[in-house]
Amino acid sequence: MAARTLYDKLWDAHVVRHFDDGSSLIYIDRHLVHEVTSPQAFEGLRLAGRRPWRKDANLAVFDHNVPTDDQSRIDDPISRQQLETLEQNVVAWQIPNFRIRDPRNGIVHVVGPEQGASLPGMTIVCGDSHTSTNGALGALAFGIGTSEVEHVLATQTLVLRKARNMLIDVHGALPPGVTAKDIILAIIGRIGTAGGTGYTIEYAGETVRAMSVEERMTMCNMAIEAGARAGLVAVDEKTIGYVHGRPSSPRGPMWEKAVEAWRDLHSDTGARFDAVVEIDAGSLKPQVTWGTSPEMVIAVDACVPDPAAEADPVRADGMRRAMEYMGLAPGTPITAIAIDKVFIGSCTNSRLSDLRAAAAVVRGRMVASSVKQALVVPGSGLVKQQAEAEGLDRVFRDAGFEWREPGCSMCLGMNPDRLSPGERCASTSNRNFEGRQGPRGRTHLVSPAMAAAAAIAGHFTDVRELS
Amino acid sequence: MQPIRQIEGIVAPLDRPNVDTDQIIPKQFLKSIGRTGFGPYLFDEWRYLDRGEWGQDCSKRPLNGDFVLNQPRYRGTRVLLARENFGCGSSREHAAWAMLDFGIQCVIAPSFADIFFSNCSKNGLLAVTLPAGQVDSLFREVFAQPRYVLKVDLPAQTVTTPSGVMHGFEFPPSLKHRLVEGLDEIGVTLQYAEDIRAYEARGASEAPWLHPQTPP
Repeated sequence: MAARTLYDKLWDAHVVRHFDDGSSLIYIDRHLVHEVTSPQAFEGLRLAGRRPWRKDANLAVFDHNVPTDDQSRIDDPISRQQLETLEQNVVAWQIPNFRIRDPRNGIVHVVGPEQGASLPGMTIVCGDSHTSTNGALGALAFGIGTSEVEHVLATQTLVLRKARNMLIDVHGALPPGVTAKDIILAIIGRIGTAGGTGYTIEYAGETVRAMSVEERMTMCNMAIEAGARAGLVAVDEKTIGYVHGRPSSPRGPMWEKAVEAWRDLHSDTGARFDAVVEIDAGSLKPQVTWGTSPEMVIAVDACVPDPAAEADPVRADGMRRAMEYMGLAPGTPITAIAIDKVFIGSCTNSRLSDLRAAAAVVRGRMVASSVKQALVVPGSGLVKQQAEAEGLDRVFRDAGFEWREPGCSMCLGMNPDRLSPGERCASTSNRNFEGRQGPRGRTHLVSPAMAAAAAIAGHFTDVRELS
Repeated sequence: MQPIRQIEGIVAPLDRPNVDTDQIIPKQFLKSIGRTGFGPYLFDEWRYLDRGEWGQDCSKRPLNGDFVLNQPRYRGTRVLLARENFGCGSSREHAAWAMLDFGIQCVIAPSFADIFFSNCSKNGLLAVTLPAGQVDSLFREVFAQPRYVLKVDLPAQTVTTPSGVMHGFEFPPSLKHRLVEGLDEIGVTLQYAEDIRAYEARGASEAPWLHPQTPP
């Protein structure tokens, strides 16, 4: 057989049927469900008199609308109705689920891998574009719309056209203070938010091999910000070590058999990629976005760029609009930008290793008095428990951070956590779109360590220079 | 789904790249559990000067007169002309629902984000990709000519300007068939139920861990 990429292998293993026009019917192993994008799908199923094809392939969580201060009640009646609708649907259709305040509940893309519900070699979908996170396990994982949610519920398949293969080869040792988040932001800055459109991205190279599985999740999470529906990392000993012993991971003889199969989940030598991007991680610095698209990103020691120097008029216009929205002038040093709020959390950066990295910066320091609010929101109840067992909650609380219950929180402001108009936030989330964290709010995307450093300084600062 | 064949109507130009689905329909409206009623909140943060909430009567809200869809010459827009990477970001299908509910039946752009394109195709919102140069010239014509109208013909895969210039576009054949006939995709897939069961039987013996014990 010809040399195949990891994506080729995952695709081939899930083809139920090829169609004449080049599309294929692809089997879906795991369907993750949350309250925002599922109600219309369940309703569609009901109206058409259909039933879920395979209930045990689904796992539902409650994450987008949940408050992170007191989860015993939901004040917003529309949020409450959406959460209750999912409760009714999981009961009516007997869908496996974790309820609010169950420690296993949390952000869907944190819960899937944590529970072993997401495994290497699977196809994994969810009505949420950051499903790409799960690709860090060597799974083909991607976000879908609500009609596709209904299609998966009803048929356990999707009709898809195969994407092209892109390899992002990252080499060089990570300099101190530079993280997986900085690498993925730099990649998006390089290839643009449409650079990966139509591709599945495989991240490879020595830097990726040296990363923990959680760091790989941060990279895969933001594949969609580069335009790719799916991001992947090949299976290695770290992947297998991560998956071992999780509640839904295979056990005993089944485990041995699975591991044997998983060891083939890498691109073959000589496999052909349609596009290759080389990244020298050794030369990177901590990254900060300055605009309203994740591709508007620069190093912390740089200045806000000048649209007058941009040759493409459409791009220059976009830059001007972004600067106006962000309240920034060309030439402003990033380190001169003061912040109002800090958010450490989201499916990008709310895992234990993220909280440890932020706590390492915070330990023994205080949040600047000019910062109105600094939130730490663990990705799941289990992450919260582990962090508390290590005393990280004390580190954050002693410094003036609020230590919250798990949920999507201020990443998208569907719950009470949000920015007020004009407020500027150092955020470990994934989107700096206009209004994303609250109407007229201003978001700067950074790593957990850089968000922590900004909280201490009251403005962006190079975490490597924090004395 | 209603079949789509020919669409003819007023064109509005949305002259900015990378329009994301958070702009098309902001998150507070995603709390609705229905598929309808999103039209009044389409592009909410650009269209109105105040903050919108689901269920609000939009007829009394202060409009942003600068926003393209608020300008009288674009009243009754059916075709949205957009720039590259339209619909990027979140997978929310509410973006396609909001555009249709507003009355937009077709979007023309040099490129679309993958999930948005797929969501359009499931709802009968026609997403037409034309080369950037042709989109540029359409922008110039729309700006120059009030009540500018385009004819979009899906079976023929053409976009025709008022002066009779015809631009051909590519479209996936199976998708075209489904849209032109207004077919229910799930119904079509369920014709292959035996193939799906055969695949599952094969998987159960070759990769039994892919049918894991799910958490309670």
